[in-house]
Amino acid sequence: MNEVSPVIRAEHAAQPNCGRAPMGLLAELTHKCPLQCPYCSNPLEMDKPNSELSTAEWQRVFREAAALGILQLHLSGGEPTARKDLEELVKTSTEVGMYSNLITAGVLLTRDRLKALADAGLDHLQLSIQDVDDANAERISAYKGGLAKKRELCGWMREIGMPLTVNAPIHRANIENLSAIIEFAVEMGAGRLEVAHVQYYAWALKNRAGLMPTKAQVMKTVEIVDAAREKYKGVMVFDFVVPDYYASRPKPCMGGWGRGSMNITPAGKVLPCHAAESIPGLEFDNVRTKSLADIWLSGQAFQKYRGTEWMKEPCRSCERREIDWGGCRCQAMMMTGDPTNVDPACGLSPRHAEFVALASGESGDATPPPFIYRRLAGTTA
Amino acid sequence: MTDQGVPRTRAMASPEVTPSLPKHIKLRHDEGRGRWIILAPERVFEPDETAVEILRLCDGQRSVHDIALQLAKDYSAPVTEIEGDIVQMVQDLADKGVLRL
Repeated sequence: MNEVSPVIRAEHAAQPNCGRAPMGLLAELTHKCPLQCPYCSNPLEMDKPNSELSTAEWQRVFREAAALGILQLHLSGGEPTARKDLEELVKTSTEVGMYSNLITAGVLLTRDRLKALADAGLDHLQLSIQDVDDANAERISAYKGGLAKKRELCGWMREIGMPLTVNAPIHRANIENLSAIIEFAVEMGAGRLEVAHVQYYAWALKNRAGLMPTKAQVMKTVEIVDAAREKYKGVMVFDFVVPDYYASRPKPCMGGWGRGSMNITPAGKVLPCHAAESIPGLEFDNVRTKSLADIWLSGQAFQKYRGTEWMKEPCRSCERREIDWGGCRCQAMMMTGDPTNVDPACGLSPRHAEFVALASGESGDATPPPFIYRRLAGTTA
Repeated sequence: MTDQGVPRTRAMASPEVTPSLPKHIKLRHDEGRGRWIILAPERVFEPDETAVEILRLCDGQRSVHDIALQLAKDYSAPVTEIEGDIVQMVQDLADKGVLRL
């Protein structure tokens, strides 16, 4: 295992507003995906395949990432297995000692490819599912036969001995099947299950009215997950992401802006979070023109909302300012037009009641609008 | 339990179990941060010094009792007390998927 030589040393840490060494990197290898889920976290305007970083460019970025202190590499997309060089990229991650996690819908993988990825050192695989009802899964993903392929993949996973997390984005169109989704994950041999209420950005924001569950439905999921946690203690670990529309405290988005992780888009743009491009006035650096360390330490987009200096009231004097980090900048921007305002998910936001009313209103609509599917070329349903 | 089989019932810690780290759980020294870390799916744990010592003895051969004997000798402390603490820690880490029993 290679040794990690840190770029962030004491002299850096002594400077004001310096980032700590990051722990995680989400590498969006491509925006290509055979599925068209209406809650996709990719931006509405996606990177074209011919703009993607090359194998050698990603490999250089991974070496820089490990040197910067990054421990966990999340290989994501789009659908990362659409990249033919995935095995080579995993191999580089293994060489530099990062823990590699493949975030996939699983439908393009064959047994041989999975074996090759395991041989390259892939540490873990996170499989997303749309629902455990075949027809509904097809409707949500606009992809035929996906669930059967996922079941088959899980069989290969058990055979190869690769640890599995099942990720289930939860929303209005599958929320009533949560108990069955939990049983599915147990049956598939998952060591972890992410019950992830959809976060309303990008495509999910566009489809919010068709995806938002009612508050009563959300509360019911809390009960179901609590009971399942107890039942499957020592068998399956649960991660539960609740939607912030019905919360009174905001989520500490990304664990704080520029504090522990970063995203890189297929074309090499480095973002503090998935949705950061929705905030005007941020300049995003590209790994093609600057080193990852430079971008992390002094890039304008990372410095802008790092720490607590940028905060206004009520965040500035809030005792939770270094717990919540003011919540989510993108959501503040979306609702109030000013990313330095408190996240409207916070009970202290003057817009909070309006924010909750939005969700209650949309989720109470008896006939939700049809999905606008995620497509590279267009946005028509 | 080998890596080939994912446990579908909760394993219970006792002085007799022989804990080990599954292949996909990585205990390693992070030179950059100057500390030991455990890399796990979507998680990084920061074990304290004692935990690191115990984890390094979790080789699938030694029992919790053996590990307690070893530490009792190193620290000149009562075995029974140490053993109780280790059982608790091993149970907690097994529930988190970090140890196999």
